[in-house]
Amino acid sequence: MRFDLEIMQGWIDSNSHVLDLGCGDGELLYFLKHQKNVSGIGIEIDETKFNNCISRGLSVIEHNLDLGLGNFADNSFDTVVLSQTLQAVHHPEKVLAETLRVGKQCIVAFPNFGYWRCRWYLGTKGQMPVSEFMPYSWYDTPNIHFCTIRDFENLCTELNIRILDRVVTTPTARLQGLASHWSNLFGATAIYHLSR
Amino acid sequence: MPETLAADSIGIVTAQKHFFSEPLTLACGRVLPGYELVYETYGELNTQKNNAVLICHALSGSHHAAGYYSPEDNKPGWWDNYIGPGKAIDTNHFFVVAVNNLGSCYGSTGPTSINPETGEVYGPDFPPLRVRDWVHSQKRLMDALGLHQWAAIIGGSLGGMQVMRWALEYPDRVRHSVVIASSMKLTAQNIAFNEAARQAISSDPDFHQGYYLKHNTLPRSGLKLARMVGHLTYLSDDVMDRKFGRELRSGSFQLGQDSELEFQVESYLRYQGEKFSEQFDANSYVLMTRVLDYFDLAREYNHDPVEAFSNAQSAFLVISFSTDWRFSPERSQEITQALIEARKEVCYANIQSNAGHDAFLLKHPRFEAVFKAYMQRVHQEC
Repeated sequence: MRFDLEIMQGWIDSNSHVLDLGCGDGELLYFLKHQKNVSGIGIEIDETKFNNCISRGLSVIEHNLDLGLGNFADNSFDTVVLSQTLQAVHHPEKVLAETLRVGKQCIVAFPNFGYWRCRWYLGTKGQMPVSEFMPYSWYDTPNIHFCTIRDFENLCTELNIRILDRVVTTPTARLQGLASHWSNLFGATAIYHLSR
Repeated sequence: MPETLAADSIGIVTAQKHFFSEPLTLACGRVLPGYELVYETYGELNTQKNNAVLICHALSGSHHAAGYYSPEDNKPGWWDNYIGPGKAIDTNHFFVVAVNNLGSCYGSTGPTSINPETGEVYGPDFPPLRVRDWVHSQKRLMDALGLHQWAAIIGGSLGGMQVMRWALEYPDRVRHSVVIASSMKLTAQNIAFNEAARQAISSDPDFHQGYYLKHNTLPRSGLKLARMVGHLTYLSDDVMDRKFGRELRSGSFQLGQDSELEFQVESYLRYQGEKFSEQFDANSYVLMTRVLDYFDLAREYNHDPVEAFSNAQSAFLVISFSTDWRFSPERSQEITQALIEARKEVCYANIQSNAGHDAFLLKHPRFEAVFKAYMQRVHQEC
């Protein structure tokens, strides 16, 4: 299992009800369904990934998150997951607020644009960073709202969101030590456990 | 039938009949003393008898859902695009049952059948039906075929309404419900279109309050007009424009010319109406459109769709088409939302198509991919 998914599943209770916004191929939901008896629903807009979720026996809804979550009642899910999704929506602040309206708690994971490699790339080449993890050019990237760990935490403060927990991932174990002190510089991905 | 049969065609099929002698009490309170259902089956029932799939037809459909009746037959069943070996409803895996509904005019008991109490044709005296009556009659066919549980029940439009009713009436008899281009109830606009169609029929002088067979006549022009009204609502603005535009079939707009003008779209609609009026029964059309109008899934569940679906045990696949304005994507999204709130397993896709309501009958790569992926999942559980 992917490391970030491993972290997330640890914050999700067995037998709970989960909404995964931008669930991709449904890897997390599949794990939760079979290992933790979680009833989950995925939302996905990519046709191939959507079909993969169907084939995996998951509940999946085709829906554009930019249209909001107006259909979902308040507190209708125990946990709402936004894994590598927030940076791809038009109004991250609205989606984040909606997420915590619909869910009692929320898990957010995103690539940290403050990561030293991004800064190095931009600083030395003067170009938008392209990496294995973010393989797109600026004009065709689905990731239209990059942010840094500091940016995100500022938004949480603005929206009165409580940060229950945070894990910062690094490509190598050696960087993990540095990231524990300078997360916004050495953390490649940030994973947050949030509540209202 | 084409000279060389496609590898994914079910080929030659034959219809079967089953007579049910036990009276059926209908939702309206009246009793059908006995009735006959015609149906077709495709594929083989497995030894565990758990691979049976029921196909529910829409307003003008029939039990002839796939294949051909003879080598000379040039028109396959109405859902041949999706039923056959290797197709979405794969007859290599499933035992498919397609049944003609009561009240229709393709062989099952309906207004053109003889009323055993009078010895005459029922005509307009055939009892009004509701979707649940169809479901109950289909359940008896299920028992007659020795089936305990459907792997899936599948239907589009009015067929989708039967699928949902099945899931509530016999929750433990169906594992998967596939609801395509359907709705939990018709909108006022939808009822209005149906009423316009019914008025077209009843105002035909040959209708004789529905007793046209006694007068040895048929309300052809009324039925034709009714079908024209219906048919144009099944298409989208876009698809009509693409198909016909403002092309003329005859005549010219050239100045100084006074010839009769006919647009292609006029000719097409008339042809569709005429063809239909030759093969469908006017009383059946009135009856079937009323079944549509009366359907309200949640009526007896305090008008609460969530409460209604709480009774279901099956998983659901819900599909809509982007340009379908007769059964719009919003209606399917309401179904999906109610299912989510009722904590049911549900997959929902809104297929981008320019074909309007008719899209569910036509070949479409994305629709096929979603449908196929879901049916493979159904098969894996068999």
